Amino acid sequence: MATPREIDVKRRTLMAATVATAAVGAVASRAGAQVPAAGPPASSNAAAPTTKVSFIVNGKARDLALDTRTTLLDALREGLHLGGTKKGCDHGQCGACTVILDGRRINSCLTLAVMHEGSKITTIEGLGTPDKLHPMQAAFVKHDGYQCGYCTPGQICSAVAVLAEIEAGIPSHVTADLNGKPPLDDAELRERMSGNICRCGAYSNIVEAIGEVAGRKA
Amino acid sequence: MKPFTYERAASPAEAARAAADRPDARFIAGGTNLLDLMKLQIETPDHLIDVNGLGLDRIEETPDGGLRIGALVRNTDLAADARVRRDHAVLSRALLAGASGQLRNRATTAGNLLQRTRCPYFYDTNMACNKRRPGSGCSALGGYSRQLAVVGGSEACIATHPSDMAVAMRVLDATVETVKPTVKPEGARRTIPIADFHRLPGDTPEIETVLEPGELITAVTLPKPAGGTHHYLKVRDRASYAFALVSVAAIVQPDGSGRVALGGVAPKPWRREDAEAEMSRGAKPVMAKLLAGAKPTEENKFKLPLAERALAAVLAEAKG
Ligand SMILES: Cc1cc2nc3c(=O)[nH]c(=O)nc-3n(C[C@H](O)[C@H](O)[C@H](O)COP(=O)(O)OP(=O)(O)OC[C@H]3O[C@@H](n4cnc5c(N)ncnc54)[C@H](O)[C@@H]3O)c2cc1C
Ligand code: SF4
Repeated sequence: MATPREIDVKRRTLMAATVATAAVGAVASRAGAQVPAAGPPASSNAAAPTTKVSFIVNGKARDLALDTRTTLLDALREGLHLGGTKKGCDHGQCGACTVILDGRRINSCLTLAVMHEGSKITTIEGLGTPDKLHPMQAAFVKHDGYQCGYCTPGQICSAVAVLAEIEAGIPSHVTADLNGKPPLDDAELRERMSGNICRCGAYSNIVEAIGEVAGRKA
Repeated sequence: MKPFTYERAASPAEAARAAADRPDARFIAGGTNLLDLMKLQIETPDHLIDVNGLGLDRIEETPDGGLRIGALVRNTDLAADARVRRDHAVLSRALLAGASGQLRNRATTAGNLLQRTRCPYFYDTNMACNKRRPGSGCSALGGYSRQLAVVGGSEACIATHPSDMAVAMRVLDATVETVKPTVKPEGARRTIPIADFHRLPGDTPEIETVLEPGELITAVTLPKPAGGTHHYLKVRDRASYAFALVSVAAIVQPDGSGRVALGGVAPKPWRREDAEAEMSRGAKPVMAKLLAGAKPTEENKFKLPLAERALAAVLAEAKG
């Protein structure tokens, strides 16, 4: 009989698989075709080369010896057991793997862990704790900025970085005046968050949550 | 992914030398295209040379009033640079129309120029594709070709170059600077006009640029500002985060003359200086020359009127 822990793991594995398929289906439809096909699984090789890397994750120094193929995402999840960062499409299309690297949001699935010697990485676990939520986490809860929750850690990391990007004056595709300060309106938030796909379609609540945090800041 | 060894290069010339010594080595910059392709085993390098630590991440002014953009400058930083926004706005606009905020934070100037096609058959390792497996045939000819090239393609390949940035670089007359491995430790430098950088497929679609084995891009240089109003109009299947069906990069001068290059229609950013002589007469005569000799498929012939209308919209915007 399965122990509760096993059931939990199975449920999560199943969920991950379902969401991965959904995300790829959504983004890589033939018409959208960012990437049409899923690839063969990574081949395992006992003699695969390893490299050492040290970086700081959520304020803690971490030293790892990794198969060079390990993505930053897999290093966080499998190596450091920080399961908050999610694997959706694994091809940079869905944004579920978004983390903040040296102050900037990135897709942790499309970068190798060994490329980040000395970097500072913040994951959803490093933004806040269940007792002391980051304002963006609290706003997502308040505004129901999710349903299944799978994309949420990536959405929240992305949203925190988006507000910093606007603050820093970085323009977006919808910024009318390239030389002015970008406005903090819904159109800007939607455009800037377009790299985070939500299959439940919680988009309007996500924009409300981010808007509230931005308003409090102003 | 296939196993590979990894090294951090110490200087541009050493990186070039290391790559020349190992034919199956690749440089890795942002990794956003290379790793995507390695996961699918479309790229299978046995060695990666990380070029992120080479100090090629600065934007400097050149003596003639232009900008020298390091190969490792991130797309976000290039788009946000105050000088680029003010003097080369078409480049900021093109960059901001591409990919997502997360991807632009990693993607580099050189990596963006060298990103590979998004042809669906290039990605599907079960299908014939001359670019992925030379000599295997082209599944797109007679297949699903909606996104693919209408001009500049060949019997062997009709893939498009997917970059938005490269289209703006073409209209700005950018120059690519490289270092090639030689017997001398410092290597040999050369500069390549962007117009000559990407190759047309002919019967070797797997060779996409004029870069030689081991040749490393060190910078992309822009000449002094072109003036005029700058435009980048990208037409795609959704409002954000999708590759172009057609894109128009244009610089229009107050007298109506100007420059135009197209994305999404050809194997490289598509510009013909003779077409630009027609700019003040409107979109139709420009497109007649720019897309002369086009051979669209049944599925992508919509790109011809779409390109003309996109340019008409840009010219109307330029008039204000
Ligand atoms: C989901 C998704 C959506 C995207 N949408 C768009 C879009 O709408 N528009 C768009 O234009 N792009 C888009 N892109 C592509 C993106 O712009 C490219 O992946 C990125 O620009 C590649 O840069 P990089 O530094 O990550 O390159 P890498 O992946 O590191 O490298 C790419 C290639 O360049 C070579 N290389 C890198 N640096 C050098 C150098 N200095 N000298 C010689 N060779 C070098 C590498 O060996 C490799 O072959 C999208 C990508 C994804 C994943
Ligand atoms: S168009 Fe080019 S990339 Fe696409 S299947 Fe044909 S050969 Fe391959």
